[in-house]
Amino acid sequence: MPGSELVYRHTLATRVLHWVNALCVFLVLLSGFQIFNAHPRLYWGQYGANSDRAVLAIEEQGSSDGRPLGVVRIGTHALHTTGFLGVSKSGDGEPVERAFPSWLTIPSYQDLATGRRWHFFFAWLLVFNSAVYFVVGLFRRHIQHDLWLTRAQWTPSHILRDFWDHLRLCFPRGDAARQYNSLQKLTYLAILFILAPTILATGLAMSPSIDAGFPWLPALLGGRQSARTLHFICAMAVVLFITVHLAMVILAGPLNEVRSMITGRYALPSSKTE
Amino acid sequence: MTRRILTRRQMLMSSTTALSGLLLGGCDRLSNAPSFRRILDSAEALSYRGQRLLVGRNTLAREFEQSDLSPVFRSNGTSAPDTDEYNALLADNFRQWRLKIDGLVLRPQVLSLNELRLMPSRTQITRHDCVEGWSAIGQWTGVPLGALLNLAGMQPAARYVVFYCADILETGADPYYESIDLIDAYHPQTILAFDLNGKPLPVANGAPLRLRVERQLGYKHAKYVMRIAVVQSLEPIHGGKGGFWEDRGYEWYAGV
Repeated sequence: MPGSELVYRHTLATRVLHWVNALCVFLVLLSGFQIFNAHPRLYWGQYGANSDRAVLAIEEQGSSDGRPLGVVRIGTHALHTTGFLGVSKSGDGEPVERAFPSWLTIPSYQDLATGRRWHFFFAWLLVFNSAVYFVVGLFRRHIQHDLWLTRAQWTPSHILRDFWDHLRLCFPRGDAARQYNSLQKLTYLAILFILAPTILATGLAMSPSIDAGFPWLPALLGGRQSARTLHFICAMAVVLFITVHLAMVILAGPLNEVRSMITGRYALPSSKTE
Repeated sequence: MTRRILTRRQMLMSSTTALSGLLLGGCDRLSNAPSFRRILDSAEALSYRGQRLLVGRNTLAREFEQSDLSPVFRSNGTSAPDTDEYNALLADNFRQWRLKIDGLVLRPQVLSLNELRLMPSRTQITRHDCVEGWSAIGQWTGVPLGALLNLAGMQPAARYVVFYCADILETGADPYYESIDLIDAYHPQTILAFDLNGKPLPVANGAPLRLRVERQLGYKHAKYVMRIAVVQSLEPIHGGKGGFWEDRGYEWYAGV
């Protein structure tokens, strides 16, 4: 982009915290799929095991011709997902019963103990990284200045216009691109103040020892099995965020976006339409 | 123009797939590298200290009502320890079964099931959480482990209580065993249960006697307990990690 203005967009702290966060989220998510695979059924309430009614199950279902079928059951609905969920190819190419496929789990083979080691190590790192983010972000007023919506952005008409612009893939240019738009801000605020605390709370509520010390926690979430289900739903929200986030990076110009998160410098898209 | 964008997108897609394959392959190799494994395992100490800090020694796990019981209490691991020794005990309805308490104790004990049933007991309705993710609520009746340890008397060097079981989970492997520290051993809800839901413990759930250590995951709740040993160190026992599953990579303190 010749002639476009280069602005300093991300501080060193933001950039380092972003990449540590990205690494942790990636590893915690995929080791979480490994843990889910050990019992790929979700329930609502205090208890739930194989003989109890599942709200979601990813499992194998035999078919009439003897070929294994993979299904995702949500309530009474069943979705056929052979090859991806329920039944997928193992390392040697044979279809095996497996909730999440081997290319989505850490380790790639079935190993709950190792999956838990990855999950808890990087969950701790994620907690420390997030704590530093909150302290630095609030202290330096990054969250208040860059993420909190301006008075003009806090109106339904403004948010709706940004939404409509995004649907048409019309992204802010020129001076308007100096700050985050209302949808970006709302997304980041929702992750910081709703999704992240819910992931932590639902994760802790699955611990029998934490539940003894803080019995109100599982009670608030509707029971230990409800907490597990909510933890899974949060993980799916993270998958949705990563998908949209990466799609936006690609659509908005991947080189410029990725550079801004590495060097901090961001080229403002020219305000003239090309 | 369109072709260029497509190519770039394809390049991005294929490089993302290749990158993720590379990363996941790398994760498998890292999982099996002892030096990296030690780094991963270091989080266990942090989790243990965090839980001990946040949860008081004698804080009770929640106890539920009769109406909260799981309709079926699932069994896991061994559903019947099919050894000659165990089958003979079962055929006789455990009349010949004896619980041995030894190790670093002052007065080693040998107790029959009847003697255990005559001791003061505790009944609790608690939630059992398996490391796999499922939970079941059951009512347990048994003798507090603390009372048995007091009966035997502890030597000053005592640090852990080890439970030796009758079941062999993997052919050729060591029999099942577990261990807990003295904090959990003397916790009021830590009992050796002989009844589940008001009936003698079924074979699938650990007959005649199983451990309940309510603030930890299911694999700590040793079934088919034959012998209790008080020890100073876990290292000389079997794999040295303090339990059958611990020797296979699971955390010794299973509070999470």
